[in-house]
Amino acid sequence: MTVDTLRLSAEEANKLIADGAISSDELYRAYLDAIGERDPELHAFLHVCENDPGAGIPIAIKDVIGTKGIPTTAGSKILESYVPVYDSTVIANCRRRGLRVIGKTNTDEFAMGSSTENSAYGPSRNPWDPSRVPGGSGGGSAAAVSAGLAPWALGSDTGGSIKQPAALCGHVGLRPTYGTVSRYGVVAFASSLDQVGPVARTVRDCAFLYSVISGRDENDSTTVDVPEVELPTADDLKGLRIGVPKEMNGVAGIEPGVSAAVNKTLELAESLGASVEECSLPRSVDYGVACYYLIAPAEASANLARYDGVRYGLRDDGADFREMVMKTRHAGFGDEPKRRIMIGAYALSAGYYDAYYGTAQKVRTVIKREHDELFERFDVLVSPTSPTVAFPIGAKIDDPVAMYMNDVLTIPSCMAGLPGLNIPCGLSEGLPVGLQLIGPQFGENTIFRAAHALEGALGFDIVPERLR
Amino acid sequence: MARITKEEVLHVARLARLELSDDDVAKFQEQLSDILEAVSKVSELDLSDVPPTAHPLEIANAWAEDVPRDCLPLDDVFANAPDRDGDYFRTPPA
Repeated sequence: MTVDTLRLSAEEANKLIADGAISSDELYRAYLDAIGERDPELHAFLHVCENDPGAGIPIAIKDVIGTKGIPTTAGSKILESYVPVYDSTVIANCRRRGLRVIGKTNTDEFAMGSSTENSAYGPSRNPWDPSRVPGGSGGGSAAAVSAGLAPWALGSDTGGSIKQPAALCGHVGLRPTYGTVSRYGVVAFASSLDQVGPVARTVRDCAFLYSVISGRDENDSTTVDVPEVELPTADDLKGLRIGVPKEMNGVAGIEPGVSAAVNKTLELAESLGASVEECSLPRSVDYGVACYYLIAPAEASANLARYDGVRYGLRDDGADFREMVMKTRHAGFGDEPKRRIMIGAYALSAGYYDAYYGTAQKVRTVIKREHDELFERFDVLVSPTSPTVAFPIGAKIDDPVAMYMNDVLTIPSCMAGLPGLNIPCGLSEGLPVGLQLIGPQFGENTIFRAAHALEGALGFDIVPERLR
Repeated sequence: MARITKEEVLHVARLARLELSDDDVAKFQEQLSDILEAVSKVSELDLSDVPPTAHPLEIANAWAEDVPRDCLPLDDVFANAPDRDGDYFRTPPA
């Protein structure tokens, strides 16, 4: 049988194989054909696997996630020739369920960015409008899922790298609660923030993939036992208390079309039985970005110290050890990792530690407490995921601070370690608008339930108009 | 807030073991100053009674049984090494 990969959910694909309607190999080839047809334009993939083993459906993997025998570059020249010798835990978990890696997806270098323009291998393009960015850092996984090049994918999220691309490409993406998904084998960026999570076409697919990858892992001591995942079925929101933080819905720079789509969805939520009430995160939104851009670079400067040309990755020659290391890092890192390494080293250096890193850690406490207080009264918090729809390639690349503001709405809950999920909620100027649902710690089941009911009521067609 | 100087850019690049070209120094001096100005916003808050948060989970220690496990074979360990001398990574002299 022929399948329309633009329309097929992972759940439907699984059923086709279970029913014997299509073989795993036939399905895999259908996605390879879709990649052959559409990826030359979109550049979602850095590496395509011609025939990865397994008996199930394909999955695309962000290229910061280590895959045994399959190149893993993190979007960086410094790892151009790196081929992992072991699978990360999330990949091992996927393989146990028969999932087949169809390819490795493009990312901003070391997951540092909001557009994939920082990839050393060139940007990915938005399937809704190829002159625009797909978001980032996980723009490759987002473009792949949106354009039917994979039924689902894995991403990683430090300050919005799953949620924001999902918003800009119009599909579902979950940043799970910190500690629920193992990072063993994943290229580290900022270890107190990094989380791996699912990128999917439907909320049920997202919940199922989360159940596959989550759980305690003895190889990652920051992981914990995770509540059993419930695949959502309810189509109403009776009893759900939705908080609408006014700062997150009124921050400067939110486009009117984005606000309009989000407000319409809130009205829809009320009609489905939810209570919707305004609330406040007075300092989380105002100080979140500043806090993040101290803590994440500080941790990055330590994590990226390992790229020294000794054990793996690029080496550039030098007369002595120190010169070799400096030349290797000069040649191997692009501008964004260099900026963040230097900001981090500065914030941690003698004389500045208390003023920058130490202060940011206290602000993080403030952000966490503000969220904790709201979850005494609300089940989920709702806002736009991104203040804007997808922006043109090149529009912000020369202004790092403007680029950082793309994450103003995704960062606060990341700092607090909370789960956040994006669903598409409408169009503005013909481009998808993303709605962010934030839950309490380990509250994934609550946001799955809410997002599933909204998804059904919204009826958003996730296939990009130009591909229909 | 003061912009950072060329010397500070070079100092922090040395700390981070990054070689920079002259053009890089000028560009990063500008960009890092803009970024530091933006992140200095954290100093506006009164945080005198607020403890720091290092990570969002309430776990202090994670214990594991101390039992030997298989580790990677040496050929795997060296599979991505730029240079190898027997069971050692080879580098230029320190």
